[in-house]
Amino acid sequence: MIPLADTSFVEATWVMIVKSLVIFGVVFAILPLMTVLERKLIGRFQHRYGPNRVGPFGILQPLADVGKLLGKEAFRPANALPTLFVLGPLLPVLSGVLALAIIPWGDVQHGVGLYGIDVPIGILYFFAVGSIAFYGVLLGGWASGSKYSLLGAMRGAAQLISYEVSMGLALLGAIIMGGSLSLVDIVHAQGAVWFVVPQLVGFLIFMLAGFAETNRTPFDMPEADAELVQGFMTEYGGMRFGSFLLVEYMEIIVVCGIAAAVFLGGWMGPGPSFLDPIWMLAKMLGLVLLFIWVRATLPRLRYDQLMSLGWKILLPLATLNVLVTAVLVVVT
Amino acid sequence: MTEFPYLKDQDVVEVQRGPEPGGAAGAYRAFGETLRGLKTTMARLIEGPLTIQYPEEKTPVYPRFRGRHKLHRFEDTGLEKCVGCSLCAAACPSDCIRVVAAENVPGERVSAGERFAAVYEINLSRCIFCGYCEIACPFDAITMGHDYEMADYDRADLIFTKEMLLAEPLERAPLKAGGE
Repeated sequence: MIPLADTSFVEATWVMIVKSLVIFGVVFAILPLMTVLERKLIGRFQHRYGPNRVGPFGILQPLADVGKLLGKEAFRPANALPTLFVLGPLLPVLSGVLALAIIPWGDVQHGVGLYGIDVPIGILYFFAVGSIAFYGVLLGGWASGSKYSLLGAMRGAAQLISYEVSMGLALLGAIIMGGSLSLVDIVHAQGAVWFVVPQLVGFLIFMLAGFAETNRTPFDMPEADAELVQGFMTEYGGMRFGSFLLVEYMEIIVVCGIAAAVFLGGWMGPGPSFLDPIWMLAKMLGLVLLFIWVRATLPRLRYDQLMSLGWKILLPLATLNVLVTAVLVVVT
Repeated sequence: MTEFPYLKDQDVVEVQRGPEPGGAAGAYRAFGETLRGLKTTMARLIEGPLTIQYPEEKTPVYPRFRGRHKLHRFEDTGLEKCVGCSLCAAACPSDCIRVVAAENVPGERVSAGERFAAVYEINLSRCIFCGYCEIACPFDAITMGHDYEMADYDRADLIFTKEMLLAEPLERAPLKAGGE
């Protein structure tokens, strides 16, 4: 029997608290830097500078943005549903923070595992918690009482069912090779060769589905600023809108963290073991740069194009990938 | 080619169609095109920004750029070139130049001619920078300069007097090298 509710590693409560505070602090320090990095890079991709006025090299731009958002009125449309409207931006933040817990930043060092928690169902936990974020999109769109918000939410729902299956199947190949659902075990299994080499198809499918999971270009249909005026976020303002934005970047960090752990060998890298979290961070940053690069390049896909991509191409490819992996693993 | 008996053979052009979209080949092509797009944007990144950081860097103007007017003096004698003939005011389509002439007194000559401009005002909030005043002037006393930063908080401050027009501009606008 698989011990589903087990944690393979027990620590003192105060260690857990300190760890969660550190992870939370570090990630929330990275988020604003990511926004400014993205804006600067997108600018460079378009022959511009991007923000460079606030602070040295525009590095204080997020501070100014948050200051502006905090100063705005928390407005609610008259025909919005009060409770759900407030709940909309809160649920995704919760889901993002929860998903951060399983990203492995390093191995057990000096009796402390450099991760929030190592659950044996790691990747299942990621899917379970990650799907809560979608409730933010759906509730936000439904409760806003606006047709554009509702359209955005509906698109989000249709998008979710077309990529989520392939996303799971893409990871399944790596899970079969690693022989475990726990992210720490999967990283340990990549000692010889990173899974991105044998599981290249899985990696590509996971990244594609990751773009859809984080509602990023080319799959930013729930937002679709050109046609749906930000979709489910239309009626939100102030820090509620800010928290939707925050969640988008947090989801990018989570997806990049999972991809780095499952396919890019997690914390593995040359150098002494205290460099492990740096390696993990560097790999995540590389994937974040890929996200930004793709955003600067691709236009938004049409609604039906995403559907046919998800169902007709990604799903058969991912299934084939899993089948071939399973057969090879059994044979060798 | 028998479908079009009324057309000569060389008039019939067969349309070349691209491959049908969709299917596995379509997905493969889309992947390739995506990579091509990524290469394109990366090339833009490497080229670097083209932005001119305006308040610090300024766009150079051409030598014949029509900016704020300047009144001139003779370089040797220091006398004003303007003789107060009001031809510029007559030529001005937006009626923004006001000239009041006065007789030169021997001993304290202001201009080289018989008369001089006692009052010379240009209302820059009305000026359309057409350059007709420059063309109308028989003595090249007024020319269009290269200054283009003339925003102000008060309309009254945009009425430039003779002293202001005679003075050298505080900061020269950069000039394009080649020009014409």
